[in-house]
Amino acid sequence: MATKKTPTKRAPKKRTASSALPSDVNNEMILDFYREMLLIRRFEEKAGQLYGMGLIGGFCHLYIGQEAVVVGIQSVLEDRDTILTSYRDHGHMLACGMDPDGVMAELTGRIGGYSKGKGGSMHMFSEEKGFYGGHGIVGAQVPIGTGIAFAHKYLDENAVNVAYLGDGALNQGQVYESFNMASLWDLPVVYVIENNRYGMGTSTERSSANSTELYHRGSAYGIPGMQVDGMDVVAVREAAKIAVEHARSGKGPYIMEMMTYRYRGHSMSDPAKYRSKEEVQKVREERDPIERLRAVMDKKNVIDEAGMKQIDKDVKAIVSKSAEFAQSSPEPDPSELYTDVYADA
Amino acid sequence: MPIEILMPALSPTMTEGKLARWMKNEGDSVSAGDILAEIETDKATMEVEAVDDGVLGKILVASDTDNVAVNTPIALLLEEGESDADLSNYSAAALTPAVQTDAQPATVSSETTNVAAPEAPKAESIAPESEWDGPVISTTVREALRDAMAEEMRRNEKVFLMGEEVAQYQGAYKISQGLLDEFGAKRVIDTPITEHGFAGLGVGAAFYGLNPIVEFMTFNFAMQAIDHIINSAAKTRYMSGGQVSSPIVFRGPNGAASRVGAQHSQCYASWYAHCPGLKVVSPYSAADAKGLLKSAIRDPNPVIFLENELLYGQSFDVPDTDDWTVPIGKAKVVRPGTDVTIVTFSIMVGKALEAAEELAKEGISAEVIDLRTIRPLDTETILNSVRKTNRLVTVEEGWAFSGVGSEISAMVMEQAFDYLDAPVQRVAGVDVPLPYAANLEQLALPQSSHIITSAKEVCYRS
Repeated sequence: MATKKTPTKRAPKKRTASSALPSDVNNEMILDFYREMLLIRRFEEKAGQLYGMGLIGGFCHLYIGQEAVVVGIQSVLEDRDTILTSYRDHGHMLACGMDPDGVMAELTGRIGGYSKGKGGSMHMFSEEKGFYGGHGIVGAQVPIGTGIAFAHKYLDENAVNVAYLGDGALNQGQVYESFNMASLWDLPVVYVIENNRYGMGTSTERSSANSTELYHRGSAYGIPGMQVDGMDVVAVREAAKIAVEHARSGKGPYIMEMMTYRYRGHSMSDPAKYRSKEEVQKVREERDPIERLRAVMDKKNVIDEAGMKQIDKDVKAIVSKSAEFAQSSPEPDPSELYTDVYADA
Repeated sequence: MPIEILMPALSPTMTEGKLARWMKNEGDSVSAGDILAEIETDKATMEVEAVDDGVLGKILVASDTDNVAVNTPIALLLEEGESDADLSNYSAAALTPAVQTDAQPATVSSETTNVAAPEAPKAESIAPESEWDGPVISTTVREALRDAMAEEMRRNEKVFLMGEEVAQYQGAYKISQGLLDEFGAKRVIDTPITEHGFAGLGVGAAFYGLNPIVEFMTFNFAMQAIDHIINSAAKTRYMSGGQVSSPIVFRGPNGAASRVGAQHSQCYASWYAHCPGLKVVSPYSAADAKGLLKSAIRDPNPVIFLENELLYGQSFDVPDTDDWTVPIGKAKVVRPGTDVTIVTFSIMVGKALEAAEELAKEGISAEVIDLRTIRPLDTETILNSVRKTNRLVTVEEGWAFSGVGSEISAMVMEQAFDYLDAPVQRVAGVDVPLPYAANLEQLALPQSSHIITSAKEVCYRS
């Protein structure tokens, strides 16, 4: 048994975007990618704006810049699969089909929010969409996701859990406790490291040994890993196919390191002094996932100018509607203070 | 109408800031995401990004302006199809700090802080288990716990047991004896030594609808896992608005054993009982251990099940049935009395019963209450007793500071102050890490003699 998982047999790989599009990526799929990434970006911009107006309180961690990661991965998942992530979770919720109204209303702390206003930005769930949070303790989602994968296997569902974590969380001990059990028991889980290069204000270079190859972090447990251009939605999708198929077929966990970048601060109140404006600008200009997909669309004549404008307009309407709902939905009734602590025995 | 660009808040506490400089000029076209301006507070410099596409029509607040209130319009953005003419329609009267929204915002409670919280719902009275008049079998606590798990695993396929040495080794304290043989490796799972990891894994499985029993070799090791017990298991139902529950049992020995030193000898009853979202159970007898563990496994909430190593080998009569349950949240009067109430749980019930026997010889009739459940606390049973005896002694093995006895004392003071004829006394572990030396360990833990002394003192007898 032990030999099947030697690191030599399951050596981590480095993957980059292929220039030609894979045959199964058709125009319709490209448009879906574009729409979904744009929705996340516009939604997050609006959330930032509402935060600036004092309508969203507490912490608010925006996903702007990282959209290709979750959109690419979600495109290979089945309805029965599950995902969970950290506190930077708005994009994941939108990508798995949760209602933007309910997400935005949770951000404003209203009864129409996914958690009736009792969870906030970092704590939303949708069993219907297979979204298991929204976790505020860095790294805690990793054993929880591993446990959901355990349940998938226990119930013989042929389903996969995708547990997202940041490069910062990757230094938490419980991540390795999870790697060990997931590999030991061949659990159907894909760990997606969203390496946006900073854990709050500390760069991976300053926090992580061998920081250029975080996808190797599962090697000691015999978990294969790959590094992927997380700013290229098609590359993400192609890589995710391999990882998800690996997990689904009973071969155990897989680690994907997504090279990505967040344009905004760690949270709204982060002035981001730990990096230069030029660094941010360079990524925006050269690697922006939406612009890159737009270039592919132009080249392949996927859609005309009017169609493009229509998508922009549609997305803007969805976001505006969510912002309106998030302000018109009432705050939870005071009686909600005491509900949902315990389930009835 | 042009779109107003408002002075943003960088944090919930920011009320005003400096508009340091504009990065765009009037007439510039902007795209969503473009940096429009920089603002400064005493703590940070931040960029204001455009949320909409358009043309920067008019700058209302110039660069290098101090003390700009949050939500003041600082510029106007012309949308596609709008021109400078639309700017003239803009009313300068709006140039006051105001929340400009597309819809009428509902009242935000930070503005209405004088609204009192509604009264907490009253705890429902829980019926005790029905009296058992059928046959009984003398059973150790160890066997009773095993039987409870085996019966519930037969009853529900989703119940499984995981922990260190629970399968092949048959349990570090032999609680899971025979379970691997009956249920197989899929449902009786040896984990690596990785408490934080397997507690979190168990919570994830519970989120998804399984019913894990997570054994800690001792609750001392569960401190490694306490983040998942509290932040993940106890709080998620509330944070999800009731959507996601954690039907999980965390069980294992708690408190002092016999000379295992400070790191292996702590009582965690008050730690876990502190937290809403958890239920905390700590039985004494084998019948209660069995009935409560079965209830805990069936409960849709996370239950902390605190056992005691020194009780594992003690035998008690247990009803001869595979459907014996004891309700969580109901205390039991294990010895009726009239002069003083002694409230305790777990191994200290035995010490309290010994003390009551001695006190009876001196003419003091002590009523001994076995809490069985710490949270939710059965205040009704305690208060009924105190209203009768007018005197209260609490007994626990853990430290007194912020302990279970402190909570009971406060509760009785609040709800039955006029019934008390003497100050409540707390018998508890001495306020030191538990020593190893046999004589010191004995001195550090509550003994029946301490209970006798306290009971006499609250009765003003010596």
